[in-house]
Amino acid sequence: MITVILNGAARALEEGLSLAALLELLTLTGKRVAVERNGEIVARSQLASVRVADGDRLEIVVAVGGG
Amino acid sequence: MAPKDAPLVIAGRSYTSRLLVGTGKYRDFEQTRSAVLASGAEIVTVAIRRTNIGQTAGEPSLLEALPPEEFTILPNTAGCYNAADAVRTLRLARELLDGHRLVKLEVLGDPETLFPNVVETLAAARTLVADGFDVMVYTSDDPIVARQLEDIGCAAIMPLASLIGSGMGIVNPWNLSIIIDRARVPVLVDAGVGTASDATIAMELGCDGVLTNTAIAAAGDPVRMAAAMGMAVRAGREAYLSGRMPRKTYAASPSSPAGGLLTPEPDTRA
Repeated sequence: MITVILNGAARALEEGLSLAALLELLTLTGKRVAVERNGEIVARSQLASVRVADGDRLEIVVAVGGG
Repeated sequence: MAPKDAPLVIAGRSYTSRLLVGTGKYRDFEQTRSAVLASGAEIVTVAIRRTNIGQTAGEPSLLEALPPEEFTILPNTAGCYNAADAVRTLRLARELLDGHRLVKLEVLGDPETLFPNVVETLAAARTLVADGFDVMVYTSDDPIVARQLEDIGCAAIMPLASLIGSGMGIVNPWNLSIIIDRARVPVLVDAGVGTASDATIAMELGCDGVLTNTAIAAAGDPVRMAAAMGMAVRAGREAYLSGRMPRKTYAASPSSPAGGLLTPEPDTRA
């Protein structure tokens, strides 16, 4: 297992997990989200190939109501 | 019938409605959608936030209620207090919205007043314009800052009418008029509108549009207020295009004929 910081909270994940698989784990597949890994945006087309690593800082964002 | 108004053009795209609405503070997405539809707005602002990990399964999302195919989604940087956070937020928004370029930049200076930090706003605007964004920018009603933002290449200038969420209306129409007179890009009042008449006043001053959220969402009946706001913006725009009558200190010109009175007018010259 590895530990990442996901949206500001520590989370244990299986090693070698792709970002697409992480989204599936979080039941976010098909949702309009954007993913940032260690300060860099990961394009949707890259989500399946980029794998999480120990200590990664991940942000997953959505659009919410706002002015 | 009066000739048709020209569309509002922002970054090369035309819009029929001159009212833009926010999507915050509504009871639920159903009410949000009903209010947006009642307002007639084509551009709706959204905020970008972390997902609620583990709580989102099967939950509806805002962009399902307001699909980008139906509305122009305007992601904002509400809650950002420096240029770096604002730029980061809008780059994420661009990824989220498949390369969408039109954004609303707002960099706040103070959580109590929500007054804009214009120094950070200018810095963020430079970066975003260079990065290919079409930037609609929230700013103070300072005509010099407005000009600088325009010179940087912002697509629209959006001065506050009064503080965000205050509902205090148009507190400095003179500054807004200077900004409107000198701008070569659309000027939209953003923030401070409290009720329909405020939106009308903004449009009568010559604003190209109005952006409001709280005035609708915090109204007793948001959907009804949304419709009122749409009418108010249209009324103000038509009045502006008409050209109002000059103001007179004395009502020296009665609307009815001066002659043919049953009793002669009193002589008021003592």
